[in-house]
Amino acid sequence: MGLETKLKSVPWLATKAEFFINWARKYSLFQYPFVTACCGMEFMSAACSHYDIARFGAEFPRFTPRQADFLLVVGTISHKQAPILRTVYEQMCAPKWVVAFGACASTGGFYDNYATVQGCDKVIPVDVYIPGCPPRPEMVLDGLMKLMDKIQGEKLDEHEVSPKYRMLP
Amino acid sequence: MPVDSVKDLYSEHLEIMLGPSHPAMHGTIQMKVHFDGETIAWVDVEPGYLHRGFEKECEDHRWNQVVPYTDRLNYVSPIINNVGFVMAVEKLCGLEVPPRGQFLRLILSEMSRISDHLTCVAAQVMELGAFSAFLYLIKARELYYELLESVTGARVTTSWTRVGGARCDLPDDFVSQTQKAIPETRRILKEIHGLFDHNRIFLDRMVGVGVISQADAISFGITGPFLRSTGVAYDVRKADPYLVYDQFEFEVPTGRNGDNMDRYSVRMAELEQSLRIIEQAISRIPEGPISVNDPRYTPPDKTAVYTTIEGLIHQFKMVYEGIHPPAGESYAAVEGANGELGFYVVSDGGEKPVKCRCRAPCFPIVAALGGMLKGHMLADIIPTFGSVNMIGGEMDR
Amino acid sequence: MSKEHLDKIVAQFPEAVVETHSLCGDHTALVRRDKWLEVMSFVRDELGLDHFIDLTAVDYLGREQGKDRFEVVVHLRSSQSGERLRLKARVPENNPAIDTLCGLWQGANWFERECHEMYGIKFKGHPDLRPLLLYPEFKGYPLRKDYPIDRRQPRVALLAPETGRSPRPGDETPHGHDPGFKADK
Repeated sequence: MGLETKLKSVPWLATKAEFFINWARKYSLFQYPFVTACCGMEFMSAACSHYDIARFGAEFPRFTPRQADFLLVVGTISHKQAPILRTVYEQMCAPKWVVAFGACASTGGFYDNYATVQGCDKVIPVDVYIPGCPPRPEMVLDGLMKLMDKIQGEKLDEHEVSPKYRMLP
Repeated sequence: MPVDSVKDLYSEHLEIMLGPSHPAMHGTIQMKVHFDGETIAWVDVEPGYLHRGFEKECEDHRWNQVVPYTDRLNYVSPIINNVGFVMAVEKLCGLEVPPRGQFLRLILSEMSRISDHLTCVAAQVMELGAFSAFLYLIKARELYYELLESVTGARVTTSWTRVGGARCDLPDDFVSQTQKAIPETRRILKEIHGLFDHNRIFLDRMVGVGVISQADAISFGITGPFLRSTGVAYDVRKADPYLVYDQFEFEVPTGRNGDNMDRYSVRMAELEQSLRIIEQAISRIPEGPISVNDPRYTPPDKTAVYTTIEGLIHQFKMVYEGIHPPAGESYAAVEGANGELGFYVVSDGGEKPVKCRCRAPCFPIVAALGGMLKGHMLADIIPTFGSVNMIGGEMDR
Repeated sequence: MSKEHLDKIVAQFPEAVVETHSLCGDHTALVRRDKWLEVMSFVRDELGLDHFIDLTAVDYLGREQGKDRFEVVVHLRSSQSGERLRLKARVPENNPAIDTLCGLWQGANWFERECHEMYGIKFKGHPDLRPLLLYPEFKGYPLRKDYPIDRRQPRVALLAPETGRSPRPGDETPHGHDPGFKADK
């Protein structure tokens, strides 16, 4: 991981560094919107001027996983799409966070059939679930704020030892 | 011996996968593009990444429970899908919705159509680089989302219609809010026209790109703005009028060449026509019930449910057993934002459909896309695909 | 909509048309599947129904004896006069094959691919009958009535098992409460 994990040996410096590093990370999330379905409409509404996700620093989508650190799974994941989602997740570098946007991404929604994966957490590990079908933009911003709280509370070596970075099957 | 250096060079096509997770792919679709240099040799379009089993789910749910699934077909204009499905079932049952119900369905359908065209144009111009125009158009779309929310309770997935009528009536301030929204929309559209209609860069990227001929379009089964851009003035609202469209004055704009610029112009003109229809309609909404007065299909009034035993039993049976349309089959077509949105339903007299088929308007358009892109360059894929307005929920169902 | 198209088809192919009806105002003709291509060519060229609207199939599992299981349904429209027509052909379960319409309408290509992967109906002469909406590893024909709605065929190894649908009245077996990993291959 980065140099910051070496700071564990100097505790007073580590806590200060932790605060600033997490503060910087949470207010500069580069999102990769993995948009598939109807939730994309509310994602567009949340990202545009009326509800304005830019206030939170998460405005500019990086449409390549190599440059993004925040995977926003928007919409239904079908079984045909699942390998692509996993490939995109694996292409992102740590530290990375995943938000399941909408009921279909959280649990499959009301599509409980042969074609739909019951939640993107069956394919990749998820940090925050935003319910709704589709969630209102205010709900999206609330989910984003919860993610920011989670990021602020992380330890420096969280992304090195986190079980979610075990090799996916 | 002189050697023709270009002819003897070894060359092969470069295959690039565009999608299924790609910003310009409007959801998910994969295009395997084979390039000869910068020119496209051929394209293999592969849909299906959003196949969610709509038809199978419909066969497992009761008739009115299908309505939320229809919302998520063309999720940018959900009311139109709701209306199409219940019209097919009402045709089978022989129901006639009262005039107020028809007017409300018409007004909300036109608002859905406006939000669909706004989203299509917004996404298309954003992909060409005009990000500010995207923000303006989405701001305009917010006006309609708020109006739809005040009636149906939801911004995007409305689930508002029921077989025989609708869920609820208009709120008191709907007409005044709509009368405020229409001039605001016209102001924003005027700005968009000013930004693009004579914009050299926009014209260079759109004129002459993605051309399809009339004969090809008809043979593929293409309808809607795509077909109208080739010059065929086919609009289901004029050809097979449904609801009360025959009482309103509006035009059907057509293009000439069948290229991307014509499709953009047709959509912008249709936005103005939809605004005209809404203006005419909100000034003369009739009074009366919104649902047909048939106890087999419409649940009773809540006051009757809470005060009379017959109302309670009726409510119980409606919720527990649902409706039972007579055995038979019917097809109803409405004008979706992309073209003819048809629903073919088959009933055996039971509580669940035997078959509920959605004829998606963008399905044949995407089928024709491969042929349209041959010979163009890589950068032409983006505006052409944007003008197709592929909605994954509708195409893959 | 007038019935003259139906009358012309019956007049031209009296032995091929099994029955006609105009239920709910939709003029419909059921033809024999061995005359499918001939009737369709006549309909496109002579009657002018050149606008291809839809092609799908319906599974009538459990229908009375003597009637075929599947029914291929085509909706057409005339771009000149606006008249609509529905044509159907019954396809048996033991040999679910019918001629392709790709030579007459280019749009039939994708519609037939979808119908094939969902119902298993083969379209003879189709240039490219690959799956369209489903993935190559998928086995079975999901829109057939005997394909259970929640049989999962995952494409990647999942991190947690997917549970099935909640029990419904009329379900024969309990679903969904046994979190065993259902890996139907």
